[in-house]
Amino acid sequence: MSTTSPNSQAPATGTARVKRGMAEQLKGGVIMDVVTPEQAKIAEDAGAVAVMALERVPADIRKDGGVARMSDPDMIEGIIDAVSIPVMAKSRIGHFVEAQVLQSLGVDYIDESEVLTPADEVNHSDKWAFTTPFVCGATNLGEALRRIAEGAAMIRSKGEAGTGNVVEAVRHLRQIKNEIAKLRGFDNNELYAAAKELRAPYELVKEVSELGKLPVVLFSAGGVATPADAALMRQLGAEGVFVGSGIFKSGDPAKRAAAIVKATTFYDDPKIIADASRNLGEAMVGINCDTLPETERYANRGW
Amino acid sequence: MSEAPVIGVLALQGDVREHLVALAAADAVARPVRRPEELAEVDGLVIPGGESTTISKLAVLFGVMEPLRARVRAGMPVYGTCAGMIMLADKILDPRSGQETVGGIDMIVRRNAFGRQNESFEAAVDVQGVAGDPVEGVFIRAPWVESVGAGAEVLAEHDGHIVAVRQDNALATSFHPELTGDHRVHALFVDMVRANRTAESL
Repeated sequence: MSTTSPNSQAPATGTARVKRGMAEQLKGGVIMDVVTPEQAKIAEDAGAVAVMALERVPADIRKDGGVARMSDPDMIEGIIDAVSIPVMAKSRIGHFVEAQVLQSLGVDYIDESEVLTPADEVNHSDKWAFTTPFVCGATNLGEALRRIAEGAAMIRSKGEAGTGNVVEAVRHLRQIKNEIAKLRGFDNNELYAAAKELRAPYELVKEVSELGKLPVVLFSAGGVATPADAALMRQLGAEGVFVGSGIFKSGDPAKRAAAIVKATTFYDDPKIIADASRNLGEAMVGINCDTLPETERYANRGW
Repeated sequence: MSEAPVIGVLALQGDVREHLVALAAADAVARPVRRPEELAEVDGLVIPGGESTTISKLAVLFGVMEPLRARVRAGMPVYGTCAGMIMLADKILDPRSGQETVGGIDMIVRRNAFGRQNESFEAAVDVQGVAGDPVEGVFIRAPWVESVGAGAEVLAEHDGHIVAVRQDNALATSFHPELTGDHRVHALFVDMVRANRTAESL
């Protein structure tokens, strides 16, 4: 990876600042899962800040079962050509060759995602080795910091993708925010033990303790289906939201997409959220997470 | 007049927080602006980096676009970074359908001109009006300026392309000083806001 050298003539690509800075530009926005160029255009027209190109939305991955992998390059390129907003795509956890392929296709962000079937049960990909930035999921602070240590330039709380149920998204975001708040009050002596407990590098733990936030942008994902869900995640401290199955598994995707964008910007204004929530047609059906067997929980993937 | 100027950051989407921090460090009172009534209360406005299509849509949808155009026409100082630069251009070379701008600078911009994220880069940029070392330019899927009209002044170029422009009270950069911790470009803008306030009070 290139290093920063502000006074040299040669421009530096793939620096941490350029990768993390990209996520800063997405803040306050909605990133939408799309499976066709047409859906990508609907998302862009609705005000999405980026789209996630994938072959099947999580709800369908759940239904179909089997091994879920990186999408077909033709399909990803079709979506890149269709829109001018950034395009993200998913690689399997630890499948650094899928990530290399996605980088070669020119995607703007790679999501090393638990929604796909993991390729490695011990190691995640070394994300410092790439010019393309990575976003990774986390259920708690230690997991988030391990991903950042591996080079992730953006974190999303995992939630439980493809359920249309926001309960796990709330649990994971609250967990991360609470653990950050706890670190705030720690003195130097306590930070070493905290790092050990979090199974995360001391330097990152200290940085979070000082900043009072992650050193990268934090979005929420996994279960957002309504404008009020999006606003809830923002009020709980997410800097933006990913919406997967919630939009294109609903009755009127264009309208719901635009409504979720509005509610994400005016997350603290109940009147605007109320207006955005009117007449949206059917929401996706949804799954109750407490009846979901442990083996079918995507959030358990990744370590 | 020593009272700090009040400068808004258009907070529909984008890296609002970083601009608020940079403006405060440059001795302005900084606050987010999402509604027309909030716009009416500021002496100047920053349009942050973000997705220009998203910011444009939300500005129209929530009734901020027209009042913002009116205030820019009336001479309120504005500064746009990246997506904000696109918003201040009188013309976009390759707009998405229905993409509107605020305007204010007689220039034509090309969106994502430096490429996609893999081509995003950092480079030193000499900016006219910013004394000392070059500014660390962080270019993220950045636009450049294809051409400027007679009234617009080019403040910086990179690799033969225009990346910073000023016209009267409007300032625009392709890059993101708000991501660097170097607040000299924000200080330049705060000075513009102070000068405008002094001129208006005479």
